[in-house]
Amino acid sequence: MSEPLLDLTGVHTRIGAYHILHGVDLQVAKGELTVLLGRNGAGKTTTLRTIMGLWPTAEGTITFEGGTIASRPTPEISRRGIAYVPENMGIFSDLTVCENMVLAATGARRAEHLDPERLEWLFGLFPALRKFWQYPAGLLSGGQKQMLAVARAIVEPRKLLLVDEPSKGLAPAIILNMIEAFRQLKATETTILLVEQNFNFARQLGDQVAVMDGGRIVHAGAMAALAEDEALQKHLLGLSLAAHQ
Amino acid sequence: MTSPTATAPAQEALPRVRTDLVPLLLVPVLALAALPLTGSFSTWVTLTFAGLAMGMIIFIIASGLTLVFGLMDVLNFGHGLFITLGAFMATSVISRMGAWVESPSLGRNLVAVGLAMALAMVGVGAVGFVFERLIIRPVYGQPLKQIMITMGGMIVGIELVKVIWGAQSVPLPLPTALGGSLLFGDAAVEKYRLIATVVGLAVFGIMLWVLSRTKVGLLIRAGVQDREMVESLGYRIGLLFFGVFIAGSALAGLGGVMWGMYQQSVTPEMGGAINILLFIVIIIGGLGSVGGCFIGALLVGLVANYTGFLAPKVALFSNILLMVIVLLWRPQGLYPVVKR
Repeated sequence: MSEPLLDLTGVHTRIGAYHILHGVDLQVAKGELTVLLGRNGAGKTTTLRTIMGLWPTAEGTITFEGGTIASRPTPEISRRGIAYVPENMGIFSDLTVCENMVLAATGARRAEHLDPERLEWLFGLFPALRKFWQYPAGLLSGGQKQMLAVARAIVEPRKLLLVDEPSKGLAPAIILNMIEAFRQLKATETTILLVEQNFNFARQLGDQVAVMDGGRIVHAGAMAALAEDEALQKHLLGLSLAAHQ
Repeated sequence: MTSPTATAPAQEALPRVRTDLVPLLLVPVLALAALPLTGSFSTWVTLTFAGLAMGMIIFIIASGLTLVFGLMDVLNFGHGLFITLGAFMATSVISRMGAWVESPSLGRNLVAVGLAMALAMVGVGAVGFVFERLIIRPVYGQPLKQIMITMGGMIVGIELVKVIWGAQSVPLPLPTALGGSLLFGDAAVEKYRLIATVVGLAVFGIMLWVLSRTKVGLLIRAGVQDREMVESLGYRIGLLFFGVFIAGSALAGLGGVMWGMYQQSVTPEMGGAINILLFIVIIIGGLGSVGGCFIGALLVGLVANYTGFLAPKVALFSNILLMVIVLLWRPQGLYPVVKR
């Protein structure tokens, strides 16, 4: 594993009376795709939200590129180069696809200010975006919204991309589209932390894997090792990869 | 960058973009429905212009309130204070410009009114700055406390208005050239009501332009839907809200001047009295929707004038009745804002 771009040490998160994260230790290596796996309620989404500053860090440290970002305001964390795609996609449904993209681009006031080369690349990844460019995003299908959410997050180069369950509720053809998009993104050496429950999806993309349970990381290592170890899969996830295929 | 090789999704048909025009039609339908009831065309024209002018002023005041709610879920029951303050600041300006106000020159009159409006907007915007910092900010996300503290803030503010300007009604006369009526056939339409309608349309047009053509407008529209995502994209929603709050306060100040001139006198209680009307308008329109607020304000203005003429007893509760009818039809208001 190369040097960590993002490093969480002993992170605790409390939301009101609930203690959700109980000392999360997680390293995300630069230029790699790390998958965060775990059952419902394990704390995966809370981990991403804590990194983004959407929930305050109660204890522990979060460092990004060597500087602390724990409990810093979300806009400041974003401006350091971290993009976030939430589980609900966070699409502004009353805005057009174009307006959604413009909002995500620093300094762009209109579509003409977007990097045309990068935009072409994104249209290549997600052709539906070109087609629905001037349409209200609320009219897109679930899969198209997910494409828009990912495209919006990478409309400009980012140092770290946090993505929460991108395959959730998507048709198999769209999932293939999404896998290809993440592969191309990996080729640009973008660091990605991906929360997933679909192990088959995760296996095809992940370099590293961390498994959460009860608000803690209970396993961390190479994805290839977990993908080959059925006993470990059963132990950590309750299901083997074979059951997902 | 690698060439695009991703699997293209199957060709999908382009969905039809449906513009919801039904609420827009309510205003002309209501006006046309009132035509046979009013008895004469000239009376109908007079009432319709009175209703439109009233609606435009209410829109100017309420537009900031609806955006403030839409962006941060802040229920500012102290908005009425800004109306009162704007109106009283205008009395101070107008009283010092007697020669300009009484001059038969339209230009000099407009300078006096324009100055009163500008100073009221700046003054009330400054008060809005302090109000947001001291009163609203400590209670973000606490709706019950917001209601209590903003109402408390308004009560204290109105007492301060009484200390400065006195508790009595203060006249706010229309400048000479802006008084009187224009005759369209037999129908008499007050000049001031025409001016109020034009100013209201101008404010609406500017707001639409800002919301649809500028990045700040995009951010406001996005923030009304999902403020957390706006922050995740690197924007400080608190700063945006702060700006919108100050602009909304300034517009309430402008509305206060216009309402005061509409009534030709101002009282410390005028803002509180209009407050209920404002909430009716923004609920009818859909909380957070500027377009809905505009339609809602026009409906409220027209209904108030038509019922005031046709059935004065019904006029006492006509706006509540209008709200009930609209909400039975569209429980989220005319143009509901899609929130995350």
